[in-house]
Amino acid sequence: MAIAMSIKSKLGLDAFKLDEESHIRINQEICRRDCKEKVCLFVCPAHLYSINRETGDICVEFEGCLECGTCRIACRYGALEWDYPRGGFGVQFRFG
Amino acid sequence: MSDSTDKMDVIVVGAGLAGLSTAYFLADAGLDVLVVERGDFPGSKNVTGGRIYLHPIQDIFPDLWERAPLERHVTRERLTAMARESATTIELRSERFNRQPYHSFTILRAKFDRWFADQVAEKGAFLIPKYKVDDLVFEDGRVAGIVSDGDEIHADVVVAADGALSLMAEKAGLRRPQQPRHFAVSMKEIIELPRQTIEDRFNLEGDEGLAQLFFGELTQGMMGGGFLYTNLESISLGLVVGIESLMERDPLQEVHSLMEAFKERPEIRVLLDGGEVVEYSAHVIPEGGIRAMPKLFSDGILVVGDAAGLVLNMLVTVRGMEYALASGAMAAQAIQRAKEQDDFSASSLAYYEELLKDSFVLKDMHTFRHSLDILENPQLFNLYPQVFCDLFEKLMWMDDGPKEGLFRTVFGEMRSKLLNVSTLRDVLSLCKM
Repeated sequence: MAIAMSIKSKLGLDAFKLDEESHIRINQEICRRDCKEKVCLFVCPAHLYSINRETGDICVEFEGCLECGTCRIACRYGALEWDYPRGGFGVQFRFG
Repeated sequence: MSDSTDKMDVIVVGAGLAGLSTAYFLADAGLDVLVVERGDFPGSKNVTGGRIYLHPIQDIFPDLWERAPLERHVTRERLTAMARESATTIELRSERFNRQPYHSFTILRAKFDRWFADQVAEKGAFLIPKYKVDDLVFEDGRVAGIVSDGDEIHADVVVAADGALSLMAEKAGLRRPQQPRHFAVSMKEIIELPRQTIEDRFNLEGDEGLAQLFFGELTQGMMGGGFLYTNLESISLGLVVGIESLMERDPLQEVHSLMEAFKERPEIRVLLDGGEVVEYSAHVIPEGGIRAMPKLFSDGILVVGDAAGLVLNMLVTVRGMEYALASGAMAAQAIQRAKEQDDFSASSLAYYEELLKDSFVLKDMHTFRHSLDILENPQLFNLYPQVFCDLFEKLMWMDDGPKEGLFRTVFGEMRSKLLNVSTLRDVLSLCKM
């Protein structure tokens, strides 16, 4: 595999154990009402946040979460209800 | 569990270095210790850049390191200033680094922590993986245990060893919500290369290793830098950026793209040639220093390691693992004393902080208390690396016309770019480091 990679293919290298329910909940009302910057779209090292073009909602593909917590720290508006995935779920690093 | 009431002496939340260290000493002293870990196995959620310094912790764990699954002992230290089109590297190779006991080792935490957890289990601690703590149990205002999936387990003391985000310290009311200013985000790739290729490429003999830090263009003016560590059969390559710095950049920049741009730099590309990326990870680093630390104890609870903010950016290196191991050992000491006195109140557990204050942990945190203020200076990351590389390039470049004298070149360059109030202020501020 080449050294240069897209973020999607990089995440494809990691071992994830998928839970059905998201461990990140987004309060869309706060996002719409208070937040102009939308830093979540930029600060996530896994690039999991996006805006739904039709609804304007902020979406997160929680399945690829590296559990670093950057979004939790960066969201100044308290729009994220962020907890770790349930025990035994989420990313499992083989090297760390 | 030790008895029918399901009560432990101590519950440690999180099987990282701090938590495992705490459990290691408590189990050794005969206390009933339970370590709970949310990952599949200890280490599976843990990330480091890559290097642990052994001298500060040699006496705490005299016989652990010889058998430990560490990677390479570092004998080469490189610092690289990156400009737009050039980079200047200084390299230290000292025989002192090649003498036993070795100064520092590169390390992969999934491997190391899993092994360390086995040593802790051998001492007699219980370890439950895939177990996430949802909340703390409070009794009469004191912490009395943990809650997971509605089930409670009680203990005299809970140790919050749950890492940089420490939701436990937050639930115990020991700290306020975390500030972007006090944290950096780190991305890292593990790139596999044959052992021989690594040794040839980095001029290493046998198990010698290299540690390289980068600052300058790679963070595009933001606070941060890059790192490269050689493991036995892989390279750990990463990039760190201050979260506030990232949030305030104009225009905003997708952080993951910085990592790719870093890898595409010609200086880096040649080092990775033929390698295969096998893992991508990210983690936050507490970089707020001593002023951003939470309260370290309360009735029935202690906070250790990253959870306690015990990490230092010393400009030439970022350290946390030694503080994690040492703080765990001191937490264990304080808990043992509390057990002897049968007093687990805040005033009894305050002994933990006294121990930290008398040790290298809080002494270092105090010495480097101005770190963050100094680092929050964009000139460190854009102006200086560029000026330094430009100057060096000018000295080395032979033009078609007559060459300017060397002193004139240096002086001219310094006068035009460095002789002003803001750089003088920077020199003064560096004196505080």
